[in-house]
Amino acid sequence: MSDQQAQSVAFVRDTMLPQEAPPASQTGPVKWVRDNLFPDVFNAVLTLIALFFIYKILAGFLPWLMGGLWTTASLAECREILDGATGGCFSVLTERWNQLLFGFKYPPDQYWRPTLAFVMLFVAAAPLLFAMYVPSKVLYFTALYPFIAFWLIWGGTIVVPLVALLGFIVGYMAFKKVEAASFAGALGAAIVSAAVVWFVGGFLSDAMSGVLALPEVPSRDMGGFMLNFILGVVCVSLSLPIGILLALGRQSDMPIIKWICVVFIEFIRGVPLITLLFVANVVLAYFLPPGTTFDLILRVIIMITMFSSAYIAEVIRGGLAALPKGQYEAADSLGLDYAQSMRLIIMPQALKISIPGIVNVAVGLFKDTTLVSVISMFDLVGMIRGPILASTEWNGVYWELWGFAILMFFPVCYGISQYSQWLERKLATDHR
Amino acid sequence: MKKTVILGALTVAGLTATAAAAATLDDVKARGKLNCGVTTGLVGFAAPDANGEWDGFDVGVCRAVAAAVLGDASAVEFVPTTGKTRFTALASGEIDMLARNTTWTFSRDVDLKFEFVGINYYDGQGFMVPKELGVSSAKELDGATVCIQTGTTTELNLADFFRANNISYEPVPIETNAEAQPLYLEGACDVYTTDASGLAATRAAFEDPSAHVVLPEIISKEPLGPLVRHGDHEWGDIVRWTLNALIAAEELGVTAANIGEMSGGTDNPEINRLLGSEGNLGEMLGLDADWAMKAISAGGNYAELFEANIGESTAIGLSRGLNAQWTDGGLLYSPPFR
Repeated sequence: MSDQQAQSVAFVRDTMLPQEAPPASQTGPVKWVRDNLFPDVFNAVLTLIALFFIYKILAGFLPWLMGGLWTTASLAECREILDGATGGCFSVLTERWNQLLFGFKYPPDQYWRPTLAFVMLFVAAAPLLFAMYVPSKVLYFTALYPFIAFWLIWGGTIVVPLVALLGFIVGYMAFKKVEAASFAGALGAAIVSAAVVWFVGGFLSDAMSGVLALPEVPSRDMGGFMLNFILGVVCVSLSLPIGILLALGRQSDMPIIKWICVVFIEFIRGVPLITLLFVANVVLAYFLPPGTTFDLILRVIIMITMFSSAYIAEVIRGGLAALPKGQYEAADSLGLDYAQSMRLIIMPQALKISIPGIVNVAVGLFKDTTLVSVISMFDLVGMIRGPILASTEWNGVYWELWGFAILMFFPVCYGISQYSQWLERKLATDHR
Repeated sequence: MKKTVILGALTVAGLTATAAAAATLDDVKARGKLNCGVTTGLVGFAAPDANGEWDGFDVGVCRAVAAAVLGDASAVEFVPTTGKTRFTALASGEIDMLARNTTWTFSRDVDLKFEFVGINYYDGQGFMVPKELGVSSAKELDGATVCIQTGTTTELNLADFFRANNISYEPVPIETNAEAQPLYLEGACDVYTTDASGLAATRAAFEDPSAHVVLPEIISKEPLGPLVRHGDHEWGDIVRWTLNALIAAEELGVTAANIGEMSGGTDNPEINRLLGSEGNLGEMLGLDADWAMKAISAGGNYAELFEANIGESTAIGLSRGLNAQWTDGGLLYSPPFR
């Protein structure tokens, strides 16, 4: 039998063949290139055209970047050294970087203060942005941060922010004391007691102006990207809560509150931001008594905050409208009061829906802070358009300066947008 | 700054602080600083340098006034203003004087209630074209595209000029001088028009200035000068005569270098009166006797200011032209110090 079998079957493999590597054309980079760049004639042509343009751009850009000069004293000197060769004149950045970042009047030996405030901002923002990873104790620091940052950036005695902080604390305690009796009464008590503390504290801080004082820097001396950043951060963080209140107010059953909110939102949305800025800068000066100046940055912050909170209110109203009516009814049937149902049921869902819209407003707002350059504030754009391009040394440098502005703005805006996408994924609890 | 925390307190303070505006001179002395409005940046006329120090021809006028009033040329708070905010800043009292290449016109003087105290630069609108265009007169510009700053008197002058000469043009509106430069160089417009001083400064910043020419026609009068608010003539007099002192100093040969020697007394009674060794001109203004000496020492006389900031030795390279002394065929003519 065994012979027969051996004759009838010429060969029997009794071991597995080792696995062959896939053909070269079906693996690795080659396959990726074939699949993605050259799958058919039409796409191959498009790829070649795209490559050609990339080459063109890089061929122009890289020599300009690599051949750039960093140490000359003026544009004329740059041109002399380059002598017709391609190269950027980046010396303007090495000479004026501090002005681009901090404005031209912030005292250079105090640059560490805004820088420190900037670093601390990340610590302060962490528990708000990444609540699940950061110990909640850090929130105390977040609450203190506005006062620390104010003291660091503007300087002066530490008594001023302390008094401001004390006012908030006293107001909060008064609120808690009376809250049980009546909500409105508690609000009134909080405002009155805080105002008393601030009023008394005003004399105190005048009297103690030397206590732990950093050299004072007036608002007029703020500038550069620092100014954009201050405006952006302050206005976004103020306009979010105000926007939520406005959105809720607009949905309210109480006619007066509802109409105040509707009129505010519609009026502000109907006016261009630049008009509001002009009002802040120019028109207010007519209403105030002559000789008094109301801090310009504060005026601008108020205007930008009003503007963006109206937009955020509408975005959040969209989120509220998208919620099924059942959610409201469910909250009611659980016996929750208005504040509880909003805080626990409605808002978490509505805000989640609104994230892309809110981020859109925030990014737009951050970029809109450059508009303050038209009311002669020297933010990053104002610095470039005004003092730097008007100096005899650097009159005529464009690409280098605007490139720097892009380098400043892009990471911030891109970071905000990436964060929002991460947050959306994190909160994706719906069933798709 | 302390008040910013406390909005309510601030408003109250604001209402009580200055119910009645005192004389500007007293305000400036009490403050210890002159608030001087300047441009946000114009090559040669006003711009902060790498250390944040303001520098320029208009800035020199501010410093001279500060030196005359306070005895310290650095006691100036420069308030940058744009073309749109400058007049409100002055009218609201935010600044004590404005030295921001502002053209002296009837309506600004009369209707806006300002007082132009003099002229520190005689300018006029001109045209710049690339040399290869082969144009030698503005009248040959028929059908040209013209880069023009919107909302300025130059825009109106341009329309008048082309209509008067019965030729056509196509305007390319731009916002600032800084924007005009690349547009003009890229060929988005054939002609760039603005004040002649601005043209010279723009041209000086080009990679190859010799490839562009400024046409001979000057189509408008743009007398630029410092201005103050209506209603405080004493203050207006101080600014006016400080400017005149700079101009007269050039005419009389008083410079920052020889002023120390001359202030001791010279044979020329007018110099003596100007520098305070004779007469009581300073007292009449409510200033020290050596007010003019301090003003001139701040940045030199008119000629020295001109040469240091916009003159032929600088990158801008403006010639004196109309801005020469009347004795040299220019228009600068200071009334006598008597």
